[in-house]
Amino acid sequence: MADLTTNFAGIRSPNPFWLASAPPTDKAYNVERAFRAGWGGVVWKTLGEDPPVVNVSSRYGAISYNGARMAGFNNIELITDRPLSVNLDEIRRVKRDWPDRAVVVSLMVPCEEASWQRILPLVEATGCDGVELNFGCPHGMSERNMGSAVGQVPDYVEMVTRWCKRHSRLPVIVKLTPNITDILAPAAAARAGGADAVSLINTIQSITGVDLDLMAPEPVVGGQGTHGGYCGPAVKPIALRMVADIARDGATRGLPISGIGGIASWRDAAEFIALGAGTVQVCTAAMHYGFRIVTDMIDGLSNWMDAKGHRTLEEVRGRAIANYVHWNDLDLNYKSLARIDQDLCIRCGLCHIACEDTSHQAIAALRVDGARRYEVIDADCVGCNLCAHVCPVEHCITMQPQPTGRGKLTWTQHPNNPLRQEAAE
Amino acid sequence: MDQVQDIAAGRLSAAELAANFADAHPPLTPSEAPVEASRCYFCHDAPCIEACPTGIDIPGFIRAIATGNPRGAALTILEANILGGSCARVCPTEVLCQGACVRMAQEGRAVNIGALQRHATDWLMAHEPRPFARAPATGRRVAVVGAGPAGLACAHLLARHGHEVVVFDARAKPGGLNEYGIAAYKLADDFAQAEIAYILSVGGIRIVPGQALGGDLSLASLRAEYAAVFLGLGLQGSRDLGIAAPPLAGVQDAVAFIAALRQAPDKAQVPVGRRVVVIGGGNTAIDAATQARRLGAEDVTIVYRRGPAQMSATSKEQDWAQTNGVRIRHWASPLRLLGEAGAVTGVSFARTRPDAAGLAIPAGPGFTLEADMVLKAVGQCFIADPLGAAEAPALVPGRIAVDAEGRTSLPGVFAGGDCTAGADLTVRAVADGKRAAEAICRMLGP
Repeated sequence: MADLTTNFAGIRSPNPFWLASAPPTDKAYNVERAFRAGWGGVVWKTLGEDPPVVNVSSRYGAISYNGARMAGFNNIELITDRPLSVNLDEIRRVKRDWPDRAVVVSLMVPCEEASWQRILPLVEATGCDGVELNFGCPHGMSERNMGSAVGQVPDYVEMVTRWCKRHSRLPVIVKLTPNITDILAPAAAARAGGADAVSLINTIQSITGVDLDLMAPEPVVGGQGTHGGYCGPAVKPIALRMVADIARDGATRGLPISGIGGIASWRDAAEFIALGAGTVQVCTAAMHYGFRIVTDMIDGLSNWMDAKGHRTLEEVRGRAIANYVHWNDLDLNYKSLARIDQDLCIRCGLCHIACEDTSHQAIAALRVDGARRYEVIDADCVGCNLCAHVCPVEHCITMQPQPTGRGKLTWTQHPNNPLRQEAAE
Repeated sequence: MDQVQDIAAGRLSAAELAANFADAHPPLTPSEAPVEASRCYFCHDAPCIEACPTGIDIPGFIRAIATGNPRGAALTILEANILGGSCARVCPTEVLCQGACVRMAQEGRAVNIGALQRHATDWLMAHEPRPFARAPATGRRVAVVGAGPAGLACAHLLARHGHEVVVFDARAKPGGLNEYGIAAYKLADDFAQAEIAYILSVGGIRIVPGQALGGDLSLASLRAEYAAVFLGLGLQGSRDLGIAAPPLAGVQDAVAFIAALRQAPDKAQVPVGRRVVVIGGGNTAIDAATQARRLGAEDVTIVYRRGPAQMSATSKEQDWAQTNGVRIRHWASPLRLLGEAGAVTGVSFARTRPDAAGLAIPAGPGFTLEADMVLKAVGQCFIADPLGAAEAPALVPGRIAVDAEGRTSLPGVFAGGDCTAGADLTVRAVADGKRAAEAICRMLGP
């Protein structure tokens, strides 16, 4: 069985699956249930200064897509609404009872050094493994100049990170907000401030829907709504890109990354790890199905690694980064054509209508002795692969590489590029 | 001597009977419908549409269900098929739309189009009492003979165009086979009449019951009195077993058994044999046998002269009967009805086998089934006599000859449904009635 143990910025856990700072990690009761289920670590729901915040009812919005519940999920909950001392006592007890698990504490206090200087020793005294700076919460707290209000200003990210490193010996993970134009700026700022790691993404500012009877954004609180933080399976592609950018970029390369965003399965986790994540954090999937999902996450990741011959997570981590290139570095001479397996085809015609209406008119709708038949017109197929995506039958339409007899040619070298680089003499 | 024949009513408790004759396939729940709708791929050039005689835009209405537009879904259905509610319940979808569904090729499980169609049409019936408006009255009158699916579909479209329609029917109630010929649990809760009331809500249609062609009505007088005539006469005759059979108590046409059962307000009053033999291989045989079981018959056997593939009842119908405890015996044809003291006691059968063409020919020694009741379901036939001798429309073998739009050989006389050649299906009758109405409207002009 593959070795799933992790050492993330000095924080050890038996597997890379952590629960993200969120409602599932608000109390010892939940966290202990998670540990019993097998989770490798938790990031305790964000602590703040007393008096505690007050939360609303309701707190969640969700997108159902074709019957799939919670394909996208959003919340307007704030940080913990329990007194600081209650949380600290529970963290101390949980870490004492579960020494092999990672217990990281999320923090959010006002953007003043004295506030951070005050809370950090209290947290450190619990025996926890590290802190995560919540610079990402996009609702409620940001209006109080915390959360994403800090994360959106790289100078603040660097400043607060530096305070934390100054006032604590604990590893500091900076949690980044995706509600920003360039994710590399706050990541580099965190590194400059001395961060031991970053975690991302936090939630995306969102309105999940509008109640058309009440004429109010969802979730509706007393006839009104507010924007919240979007997460769940729908955000995974956004998170993967941001994680990969940080892993690839020269200014941030090597900075440990805890990947977050729509992770619901071992495969999702493997993808984040392949793009550079050292651990992954999960929330929505656990809120949807309960903590028991971790069983298959551990088992599935291990089986996949065994099948691929990867012995440790370090052998997987970052393996796909070298193939994550800029568009300009793609081979313009590469050519593929759609191929329809007529034995698998169920004659739904979706490939034809998609190509006909919205692409290149490269799939003919034929009737042969009255029977429907869909055929690729090679001369018009640009290899875009829309047809393969709309086809409801697995492996029915495949994209087959075509020999062109030409070597790799990128845009930087292409004759149509006015700024092309001439080949060296 | 023991009583030779055991035929009795009230074999089951009221509760058992109520359950046995309630909706056999209850509607989709509000949460099931969008999930099932989401299984539809929204095919281009969808095979299901082609497989529906009325050409309903099936992917279109299913998408409307999926998006939460039940009104749009229902109107899409009813514009193409005004009897969409009963077709959703009685169509053999497994050989029509659902048989053509691409998911059959993919995974052997079609989108449940029938249930989705019912979901949409039920919604409209519950929410909108009068979905169709009438064009301004044209002053033209059209006679429709037969208030079955063909006649009702024809009448509705004519009325929408502003024509005045009088629908004559021989029976006491309109509906034709939907009212008299379909198993009770397929059209539960008096659905046939509810649907007819819904159809009539358009206005301009008057139903005259108890008037049969050849009796109170003559085709000649209808042609003289009305601008056009549509004949949706259905099939009035039941085929005979083709064996010499003295009249015996307990022997009955299956269609009469089914009709009496449908009309009985209290199923506990309907007598059924303890041992029932049903002879035939179509949906009438299935409906009669299954309902006999559900009335409490102890032992019900369908005997058919050929094999399962040759039965006109679909395999789903055959499965349904068998699930209900009906035994089906193939490759046997009746030789003799056995009787005692004027009452049937059994049927002796000869075994058959397929000849080179697949037809049944005698083979080997036979067997005898004891029976208290024998139901004949070997087919129905068209009886042309009521059309009159003079000026009757031309027939193709056994049925009224029509062109693609329902025109008979007589000017101004149209026909459709089971009295014309084609599959004996409700949905085909609706399609015929609709097409004939369109042709009549063109003939009459604006």
